[in-house]
Amino acid sequence: MPKLFLGIDVGSVSTNLVLLDEDRNVIDRIYLRTSGRPLQTVQEGLVRMKEAAGGEEISGVATTGSARRLAGLLVGADLIKNEITTHAVAALYYRPDVRTVIEIGGQDSKVIIIRDGIALDFAMNTICAAGTGSFLDQQAARLGISIEEFSELALTADDPVAIAGRCAVFAESDMIHKQQIGHPLKNIAAGLCEALVKNYLNNVGKGKEILPPVIFQGGVAANLGIRRAFEKILGYEVITPEYYDVMGALGAALLVREKFVNSGSPTAFVGWSLCEEEISTTGERCHDCANNCELAVLRRGGKIVAYFGDRCGKWSQRVPEAAATQEVGSRAPANPSA
Amino acid sequence: MPRYKASVAQLGTAIIPIKSIMLELGFDVIMPPPVSKETLMLGSSHTPEFACLPLKVNVGSYLQILPQEPEVIFMVGGVGPCRFGLYGEVQKEILHSLGYDLEFVVLEPPKEHLSEVIDIFVRFLGDGTWRRLPRALYIGYKKLIALEKIDKKVLALAPHLNAIWRQKLWEEKEAFVRKIDNAAGAARVDRIVRETMAKIDSFPREEPEEIFRLMITGEFFMVLEPGVNFHLEKYLSLAGIEVDRTIFFWDWFKKAVFLSMLRVNWQKEYLDLARPYLSRFVGGHAVESVAHTMEAFNKGYDGLIHLAPFGCMPEVTAMSLIRQIGREKRFPTLSLLLDEHASGTGVITRVEAFVDLVKNRKLYERQGRGGQKVCRSSF
Repeated sequence: MPKLFLGIDVGSVSTNLVLLDEDRNVIDRIYLRTSGRPLQTVQEGLVRMKEAAGGEEISGVATTGSARRLAGLLVGADLIKNEITTHAVAALYYRPDVRTVIEIGGQDSKVIIIRDGIALDFAMNTICAAGTGSFLDQQAARLGISIEEFSELALTADDPVAIAGRCAVFAESDMIHKQQIGHPLKNIAAGLCEALVKNYLNNVGKGKEILPPVIFQGGVAANLGIRRAFEKILGYEVITPEYYDVMGALGAALLVREKFVNSGSPTAFVGWSLCEEEISTTGERCHDCANNCELAVLRRGGKIVAYFGDRCGKWSQRVPEAAATQEVGSRAPANPSA
Repeated sequence: MPRYKASVAQLGTAIIPIKSIMLELGFDVIMPPPVSKETLMLGSSHTPEFACLPLKVNVGSYLQILPQEPEVIFMVGGVGPCRFGLYGEVQKEILHSLGYDLEFVVLEPPKEHLSEVIDIFVRFLGDGTWRRLPRALYIGYKKLIALEKIDKKVLALAPHLNAIWRQKLWEEKEAFVRKIDNAAGAARVDRIVRETMAKIDSFPREEPEEIFRLMITGEFFMVLEPGVNFHLEKYLSLAGIEVDRTIFFWDWFKKAVFLSMLRVNWQKEYLDLARPYLSRFVGGHAVESVAHTMEAFNKGYDGLIHLAPFGCMPEVTAMSLIRQIGREKRFPTLSLLLDEHASGTGVITRVEAFVDLVKNRKLYERQGRGGQKVCRSSF
């Protein structure tokens, strides 16, 4: 019976799951909208993965993405890894000779510089969300078209208009201005794509040497307009892998496979029963000291599974599951406001 | 004898010795609460939007203690080119404009402001309290040295322990800080140091295969105040990384105050290190940050994390130079620009990824190009 490994990426906008076998073949994958309910979305994804696994047990599970800790505590992860590392791992799996990874997701975007198969440098967007998937979604909605239509519309442009892409707010005003003076929608859509790509290269890619092969992944890689804008501005072919939208989850699955494929250690995965259990979180405040930490309490089937958000560790360390992954990244973030 | 109700500006554990000195001098001391979201919210709603994080935190912190009606707030530093030398004055004006009438004493390096120091001395200690000053300073000094000694010890020891003992080590350290805070008298301080040192030395060692060493540098306040840097030092140390920071309050104080008074050009050492990347003073701690990057590289650290407040011109200057050093020397560096919008998750994600990168690079360099490099669990 082949061993199965599960990678779960819980991001701000999407939640993705990848089921991998021990020979690194992707058995199934799913891309779901998080819709502000990360736990329920993970559960939904698990139902699908259970089917794909034919009810077989899992040998290892890893979580990644901005809700990796929450998801990790929920499912009993063997590994909790940041999304920068998992994206790099997945890109290297797809193209061992990759030198640049461009990843644009719902709320953040990153660039990872790789040389000789080793990550040398990376950058992530800071507080600015201009040029991420959420902004594209918003603009498509404002124009009354779906994001898929937006993507195709941009490809039909003959003369993209110039749009200030430095800031999402200004970009929007600029787009409205261009629309009101009569520019066709297709040129505005393509103009926006170029503006966002320039913003990305100036902000995230600032000072980085972007060399081919360039892999473009993350949800926004589906956008043909953005892909074409990258190729136009960079002058290189931009490769979008088959599993571009679930690369984080794929990377997580690859890492946990690496960890467990040749070891007999049991997984911490709580099991498929999780699909039916009731899951909830509540917010509480600890008033034991002047820090006044905001605690989140995770319950599974009515029982408390984990606390997190405390600075001193006296709550988060109460739960045995939390000790399962004593590595960088498994510890509570130092700031409860995260 | 009327004594003042006094408080002090935040600065990590370095305010413990200052508190001790004030207490010894008979002040009624009000301590600011640890930096929290509330501090930041208060601070950022009463400071200019583009002011730096340290100013926001300081103002927020004062606003938190104002209900207890302090009459005077002491603050170390505040001259120099930061906000064109008006840093302390800006805080004072903000509080005055909010209707609080209280005294602000900025303790400045006496090199340029000897008359002001004498003035402060006469005003607060003129009634005979000055006789208690030597003892007060001595105890304060002992506490400061004790705190920094344990800091260095804990940071160096952590990678030689397993995860469970690392946790215990930090609990011990935090208990030590509280004990030092409450200690009365220099002999008591010495005893606490001896006891804690003996205790942590007895922790069972577990040598790792490889030790990864990271240096933390950057703007003074961001490096010293854990409340604004998301307890970065503790986070890394608990993860088994050997962390070192370039700023220790006493080192800085010695240089900025004593050496400056003696007219020793202590900055020359830094300028020599920072050259050719930076050959002149550009404000704030930029020269130090660049110099420390070179120092960390020369001393064989595996990487450097640079902390800067968003919008801090000197540190932004340093940031691009640090990046250049990283590129030219193939030395991993990570600059974190923090302000009140920074989220813990975002910062920790970058730090984690940086740690992965540093570890992998080191192992890769060790194994050479023939080593397995794609998708390793250590990544």
